Order: sequence, then structure tokens, then C-alpha cells
Amino acid sequence: MTEPIIQVRDLRREFVVRTPAGRLRRTRTVVAAVDGLSFDLAEGAAVGYIGANGAGKSTTIKMLTGILVPTAGTVRTCGLDPVRQRRELARQIGVVFGQRSQLWWDLPLAESFRALAAIHRLPEASWPVRRDELVDRLDLGEFLATPVRQLSLGQRIRGEIAAALLHSPRLLILDEPTIGLDVLSKERLRVFLAEQRALHGTTLLLTTHDMDDVQRLTDRVLVVDHGRLVYDGTLPGLTTQVGAERVMVVDLVEPVPDLGTVDGARRVAVESDGLRHRFAFTPERTTAGAILEAVGRRGQVRDLAIEEPDIEDVVRRLYLAQIRGDDPAAAP
Amino acid sequence: MRLFATLVVLGFRRWSTYRLATAAGAFTNTVFGLIKASITVGAIGAAGGELAGYDAQTGATYAWIVQALIAPVNVFNWNELALRIRDGDVAIDLARPMDPQFAYLAGFLGRAIHQFIPRGAPPLLAGALITGLALPATPLPYALGLVSVVLGVSVSFSVWWLANLAAFWLIELRGVLTLNVVAMGILSGLVIPVHWFPDWLATVAALTPYPSMLQAPVDVITARAEGTAALGVLAVQAAWLAGVLLLGRLVFARGARKLVVQGG
Amino acid sequence: MGERLRPYRVLVGSRMRSQTTYRRSFVSDLLGSVAIGLMEFAEVYVVFANVDVLGDLDFAAAALVFALANVGFSMADLLVGHADNLPVYLREGTLDAFLLRPLPVLAQLITSDVSLRRLGRVAVSVVILAVALPLNDIEWTAAKVALIALTPLTATAVFAGLFVCAAAVQFWLVEGSEFTSAFTYGGAYASGYPASIFSLPMRLLFTFVVPAAFTAYLPVLVLLDLPGPPGTPHWLGWCAPLAAVAVWAVALLGWRAGLRHYTGTGS
Repeated sequence: MTEPIIQVRDLRREFVVRTPAGRLRRTRTVVAAVDGLSFDLAEGAAVGYIGANGAGKSTTIKMLTGILVPTAGTVRTCGLDPVRQRRELARQIGVVFGQRSQLWWDLPLAESFRALAAIHRLPEASWPVRRDELVDRLDLGEFLATPVRQLSLGQRIRGEIAAALLHSPRLLILDEPTIGLDVLSKERLRVFLAEQRALHGTTLLLTTHDMDDVQRLTDRVLVVDHGRLVYDGTLPGLTTQVGAERVMVVDLVEPVPDLGTVDGARRVAVESDGLRHRFAFTPERTTAGAILEAVGRRGQVRDLAIEEPDIEDVVRRLYLAQIRGDDPAAAP
Repeated sequence: MRLFATLVVLGFRRWSTYRLATAAGAFTNTVFGLIKASITVGAIGAAGGELAGYDAQTGATYAWIVQALIAPVNVFNWNELALRIRDGDVAIDLARPMDPQFAYLAGFLGRAIHQFIPRGAPPLLAGALITGLALPATPLPYALGLVSVVLGVSVSFSVWWLANLAAFWLIELRGVLTLNVVAMGILSGLVIPVHWFPDWLATVAALTPYPSMLQAPVDVITARAEGTAALGVLAVQAAWLAGVLLLGRLVFARGARKLVVQGG
Repeated sequence: MGERLRPYRVLVGSRMRSQTTYRRSFVSDLLGSVAIGLMEFAEVYVVFANVDVLGDLDFAAAALVFALANVGFSMADLLVGHADNLPVYLREGTLDAFLLRPLPVLAQLITSDVSLRRLGRVAVSVVILAVALPLNDIEWTAAKVALIALTPLTATAVFAGLFVCAAAVQFWLVEGSEFTSAFTYGGAYASGYPASIFSLPMRLLFTFVVPAAFTAYLPVLVLLDLPGPPGTPHWLGWCAPLAAVAVWAVALLGWRAGLRHYTGTGS
């Protein structure tokens, strides 16, 4: 067994928060953003690191990459101490913060790539090959000469990801890469990332609010809440454990006030005087196709949509289940 | 008038969130005051103890009061309007049921009021402790001085307003704004009293509104200009204010028309 | 060595190109910088329109002090002046980006910008230096030639070091970063005048705490064979390189501590 690419043991990070109390006095409280976190990541894995806002995701990533020193516990990334061996580590990882640019905002992308190649001391002979591959796969060719500040969000994120991959890192860390992107841009990005993983075996650690990202890109999920690890396993396992349901919304041509029961699904609501019906289901019990077929037998379907469970909801259910110590699926 | 007062209060509030920044600015003003007072006192000493009506004490006082007024008068930067013109947000200002120049002046005064004590008191206190201040003993100069400071701040606003309007026609405004800072730096009395200028430079200064921003208020507060002379100084300030504000309105109207006709 | 410096060469080169792309705005910025240089000198000019000597220096000598101090400061401002904007780098996450790259953070900060427009002020100072130098009655020796050649360089180093010190302190102050201007810009301002006009505590402050006097006034005393204020050892004028080394030692230690503070507390 080779050494894990990320090894985290009893990791803790505290922040001092000062809140005004009265006109001049301030109270000083210590808040643990990360509170006793332990996990290993094997080389080549693809892991979704999810949690609500403020759960400690970004703090963890900062400690993994050497931007932040842990208050207690240990981190090894690529076998290195991230803070002490920051520069060595920087050669082996690529990091993208979706909401913060690492490109030079007034330089064209092409120029940014050149600067990054120089920064990473990539051989003059080989780096343009890698750049061309990234430009081609991420469709960056058209705006290589455009200053970064003039790019759309989707274009910029693709540029950021290319920049993070230019030096062919072993580990790619993406913090909310798809936030604010339209459906098409998200899809393109997912296809690209899956392909890169298949081609180069890059390890992927991803924080996101988007369940689709997790489903499409990762084979393991870590859920963090209040700085603690509350789940470590597969995505289907997670949805089973908390009973996170998908919801199918069916619009009918003619109103049917009562469609009756559908096997394996739970009718949540009937709206618009019977024109719109909502069915909740878990993939383990039935499929969207089966529900559609059952409904189609009783009325003519005009349109349908599927609503995915959102991460905030999953985390809330996990949390409630933990404090009650009962079956998470029964949580409201 | 009530609207104006509300806008002034709003301008005040916006700035009261930057407490540490205000303290830092006051500290820096004070250190520069110390250097400037040393220069004026040094020059007055070299001139034999008196220079254009300033002795060591009044010369140092001049430097300290100027430092106290720098932040309220806003010598170094104001580009709020230019940014809104560049981003097209000025269209929102045009759609509001109030005069834009009037509204921005209110904000500018609100900021000045907020800065008046926290940015003004530390340099004056330092001056009183280090060199001593030569201040009048009667209340009248202070009353007139307050009017003069308000006029000075307003003149500063009117000139900044005009400089900002260049954004209707130019893309990069830094050159124009820098020019304004430089003119203000030399001609307002920021570093050296205008009364020390050689004749040609004094003439140039008198042909601009800049001395009305700093030299005029300091002259009135220190009672260098007293009685009718002080009223004369206020009249000059008021005249510049009216003139530059009016010019600013005309140019703004031109710019706004360009915006409406050409869509920015 | 060349290979070691390649990243910085590329970084600085791309910064320079991006500035000169928009020629018209670059020229107007350059002129603005010239105007600022002239504004600073106008002050000295107006003082000497009224008096013949200031702090025992005549106009030519005072202009020499002004010019040397300003060549140094404007060069430092051109090379490192942007370090003074550390809070902006912190707010926009640029510093985090630096931390994720395999180069020293300070080197990245310094090479992240070169404000070529500040060449305007450098040019003004150099012209004043060129005019003021022959106006002074200097008994040239080899040592004095070396001193006048060295002084702009040590002055640049001193002011650049002060900027780094200021940036280091700004890790703690952030919102109140203007505190440091009192010492960087204040030091530069004071250095343009004969230090003899200052009171003793101020002279000590601007000699041994913020070594502004080493950038121009003390070397000029040596060049002109002037005694300076009582109690000023003549050899102090040769100590500018030591002052530069001391400032940089403090700057580098401070920067290390500042960066530790930043990674320790996070943003």
C-alpha cells in the first residue's frame, strides 16, 4: 500500500472572533472551524468534500495547501508538510478557488500561461504541448488573447482550471468550481475533468454545493458539518442513509385530481387543480422511468422535471440524525 | 433642505465604519504636520524670525491647521462620480428625483463633518504640545472660520466634480485627477502659505479657486484676515464656489445629454 | 543564476508590456508622475524664493539633497511601491495565489508590478540632480565620486526596504495600513530637506529609526565638506550602505513574521 496522497489526523483550526459588546468593549470567542478531522485520500481517488456554508470546507483546503497553519493535528499532502514545504508542494498540486482568481486580471490568458510556466520552471520544450492540450480540451482557443478581466465567468473558470493543470499536478483541488455557471458550462467542465482523470490519473478533491458535480465526478463523499466529519462513503450510501429523495414533477395535459398511488414513490403534492403532481422517490426503491410509466397509464403527460436533493438538506438530515441518534431516513 | 440634511447624515454614516482607518490617517497627518511645521519654522528662522507676516509660532500654527483640514477638504482623491459615469451608474442618479450635484455635495459635506474632529483634533493637539499654537482669543474668528471651512470644503467639491466630469469624454481619468491633485498641492497653500509665493506664482494662484480651499479658511481662523478683510475672504470663496458649481452644472448637463443621445 | 531568475524576468516583462499597451493612458500617467515630481520641488523653490539658506544649506545644496532623496524614493516607488497595497492583495486573494506557487512570496509580491509611469518622477529628480550638481562647489576626490554614484543606489535600497517593512506591518494593521505611510512617505518627505531644520528627537527618528537622513542629507554634508548640526559625526555620511542593510534585515525578518501571522490567523 502506497502512502495516501492526503493524510489528515485530528486536524483542528480555531479562529478568534471579536464581537462588539457595548460601545468600546469587545468579547473574544474562540470558534473551531475545523474540529478533529481525520481522513486519508488514496492516490488517484476522486472525492467530493461537501458541507453547508461555514462548515469548514475552505479552512480545510487552506490547511491542505499550506495557506493556513493548523491549530492542532497533522496534515500531510503529497507526503509533505504543507506549511513547511509549501513551495515543494506547490509544484505537485493545482488549486482553483471558484470565487477568487489566480490569473493576472489585466493579462491575456496566453500570457498568464507563459508566466505560470516560468514560475513552475517547466521545460521550454514541453510545456507548450501541455498548454495546447488544455486549450484544445477546454475550448480556450478563441479568447487566448483576451485579458482575463474581459472573460465571462465560465470562460474564466476554464482558464483557471487550465492554469492549475498546466504543470500536470498529482493532485487537483477545486473549491466550488461550478458556482455561478450555467448548465452548459457545468457540463463541459465535468466532461473535461472526468477525461483528465482517466488520462492522467490525477487525484481530485472537490468542494461543491452541486449534487450533480458529486455524482458525476466523484467516487467517494466526505460530509463535514461544524468542522467534523459526519459521513465518509459513497454517494448512493449517503442518500440511502439520510433518505435524500429526488422529486419528480409531472405536468399533465388534462387535470386529474387524484392519480392514486405509485409503487415505490410518495406523492408529495398536487398543484394547479390536479395539473401538476409531485412524487418523491429514492433511486433504491424505484426509477424515474417507472414512475413516468405508472403516471402515463392514468393521464397524458405534457412535461416533467426532476428535482435533485440539495446538499444543505442532506447535511441537515445527517445532523438531525446524529443528535437524535435515530434512523436518519425518518428525519423530517 | 431636509433632504439635504438627510443626505449629509448618510454621508457621515458611511464613513463612520472606518474607525481604524481614520485613526491611521490622523496619525499620518500628524507626522506630516511635524515635518511641515519644521520646514516653515526653519524657513522663518532663516528669514530672520519673520516671513510675510508669519513668525515662528504663527508659521507652525499654519502648518498644523492645514494638516487638520486635509481630510475634510479632501485634498488627495475623490472619484466617486467618475466611477459611476464609467460604469454607467450615473443613469441611476439621473433618474432620481433630486439634483445630482446637490446630492453629491451633501455626501461630500457629510464625509467632511465625520472627518472634522477625528482627523482634525490629533494634529492640532500635537501642534499645541510640540510647537504651541497661535490662536485668536475672541470667538468671532472661529465663527467666521467655520463658515470659511464649509465654503472651502464646498469649493474643493466643486472642483473635484468638474474634474470627475471628464469621465464623460475620457476613458482613463487618472491623468486629469492627478493634475487636480498637483494643482491643489501647489496652489491651495497645502505645503507653503500662498503669501510666500513669488509674484508670478501668487498671480497664478489668485486666478484659480485653489487658495479658497485651504489658505482662505486658515487665514480666517487664525485672524490673519479679520473683520471686513475676513468677510472679503469669505466673499471670494463664495464667488468661486458659485462660479465653479455653475460651470459644473453646465458641463454635467452636456455630459448627461451625450449619455442620453449616444447611450453612453 | 539566469535560469533561477527566469520566472521573475517573465513576470516583470509581462507586467511592463501590459502597462504600455494603452499608449495614451500610459503617456498621461507618465505626465501625471512628472507633475507630481515638479509639485514636490515647487515647495523647495518657493521656500528659497524667500530665504537664501535653509538649515545651513543654500538653494543649490538643498536642491542636491532634494534630488538625491527623490531619485532614491521614486526608484523604490517604481520597483516596490505597490507593496504598500498589501491590504488590497489580501482582500482580493492575490496573496493566497502567491502562496500556491513554488516561489518565495515576497519575491512574487515585488515582481507582481513595476509601475513604469513612476519613471516620470524619476526623470524629474534626475534632471534636478544633473542641474544641481554642477551648481555646487564640490572639491572632487575619488572617494566623493564613489559616494555620489553610490548614494542613489543606497537611497533606493533604503526606501525599498522601508516599503517592505511597511508591508510587513500591514499584515497586522490591514484596515489601518495608512499608519505606515507616516514612515514611508513621511520619511521620503523629510529626507528631501536638510535634516538640520528638525528638532533633535526628530533628527534621531529620521536617522536611526527611519534612516531617511542617510539617503541624501548626510552624504551631501560629506560632498560639500559641511559640518552639519553639532554632534553629527562626519563619517555618518558614509554609512548609508549600512543603513540599507539594517533596513532590509528588519524588513525581511518583519516580512517573515508577518507572513507567519497571516498563515496563522488566516483571513
